[in-house]
Amino acid sequence: MKPFRYVEPATLAEASALLLQHAGQASLLAGGTDLLVEIKEQLRSPEIVINIKNLPELRGLEFDPVQGLFIGAMATARSIELSPLVQQHYPGLAQAARELGSIQVRNRATIVGNVCRASPSADSLPPLLADAARIHLHGAAGPRELALGEFFTGPGRTALQPGEIVTGIQLPAPQAGSGKSYIKHGRRKAMELATVGVAVSLQLRQGVLSEIAIVLGAVAPTAVHAPRAEALLRGRGITPALLAEAGAMAMQECTPISNVRASADYRRDMVGVLVQRALVQALAHAGHTLPVTPPANQNMQEGS
Amino acid sequence: MMNPSPNPSPSLTPSLTQTMAVAMTINGEPRQLLLDPWRSLLDVLRNEAGLTGTKKGCDVGDCGACTVIMDGVPVNACLVLGVEAQGSVIQTIEGLQPSPDTLHPLQHSFMQHGAAQCGFCTPGILMMAKALLDENPAPSEQEIRFGLAGNICRCTGYTKIIDAVSAAARQLRGEAA
Repeated sequence: MKPFRYVEPATLAEASALLLQHAGQASLLAGGTDLLVEIKEQLRSPEIVINIKNLPELRGLEFDPVQGLFIGAMATARSIELSPLVQQHYPGLAQAARELGSIQVRNRATIVGNVCRASPSADSLPPLLADAARIHLHGAAGPRELALGEFFTGPGRTALQPGEIVTGIQLPAPQAGSGKSYIKHGRRKAMELATVGVAVSLQLRQGVLSEIAIVLGAVAPTAVHAPRAEALLRGRGITPALLAEAGAMAMQECTPISNVRASADYRRDMVGVLVQRALVQALAHAGHTLPVTPPANQNMQEGS
Repeated sequence: MMNPSPNPSPSLTPSLTQTMAVAMTINGEPRQLLLDPWRSLLDVLRNEAGLTGTKKGCDVGDCGACTVIMDGVPVNACLVLGVEAQGSVIQTIEGLQPSPDTLHPLQHSFMQHGAAQCGFCTPGILMMAKALLDENPAPSEQEIRFGLAGNICRCTGYTKIIDAVSAAARQLRGEAA
């Protein structure tokens, strides 16, 4: 590894001041599973590495039935994967955490780090965005909060200002009738980057979808909502035909690229399939059972 | 090693040392090591601590050959800085045997099942399997496969490895292997 100076600040304010003072030349170290790889592969050459792991202000995972889930900057992917409360109330997020790297990686990697990396294929982003997460930042001017959707400005790019540190991510409390899911599609079962990821978060009231969010990963520069598919479903009763229609709609709303992992056409087709499956899973989580395999829609057959 | 920034700001000086004294417990033995902060725990274990049983495969967290148990949980030693291990308890393959003359049931089972070919991935797999069985003494085949997903063997398949872990689990539970 290229040599760097290493510092363990005692407070969040000190860490933020250091980051500001060395803007562009400093990297924060939390889990380290991305940072150390980037240093080794010379994708990044920080002059100073600021270890924020021992800051008293940074917290882990906290759940409150009214406030919801707070994913502190120190919460590891493994802690989220194993949390019974996350598994129960936020199964999409638990699934995304479970799909990230290996257990060895998940024991170190933080979800906040995964978010700050802002990879278009990051597993944690679709379920967090689908749940309308808010991100908490701390900088020289003090704390501020953003909708997570506003945090991502492009692949690997975020709204973080010089000196700002993400302190955590807040998810709303689950309500009766809420259902969530995440499906990752890759070429193998583990140690994989998503070819397509689909997260759904919905609210079912008397058989009608009162709220619905569909977020697609790895098919646009950032994880993106499928607003027309959401609009199609909102306020409607559920039928397999409607879910197929939503899948077809979502296919038109993504802008995938072709790369070593898959072609754009393949990714688009998989969006159609996975949106339906993710909807079925989220409905099941909300207590609404549908046939496990919705009928394939016309577009899918023509497109493949 | 060069110092990349010869003029650290005065306010930062107390914490901006280069070589750091780091205390950790490795396989039950307290160790004091002088470490440059950019050295990975893997390099520190292999060089400074002289424990070369932990292997360097990919060095970027993909292969699992460097798996050690840090404060009770398995990690890739290549993705941890040595200085981050300050105060930590580290278990490596050298500490798996209960005594010099006795094999750990996992080691014995790997021998019985022929669960190694070139053996390079074996220390990491044994440490991951130990962590897995510490957490779940009776894993299903699927759970063993899920647990070992971050440990890559490039010689051959995983069948004998899975069988060996499964048999060791039975033995550790006091059942016939």
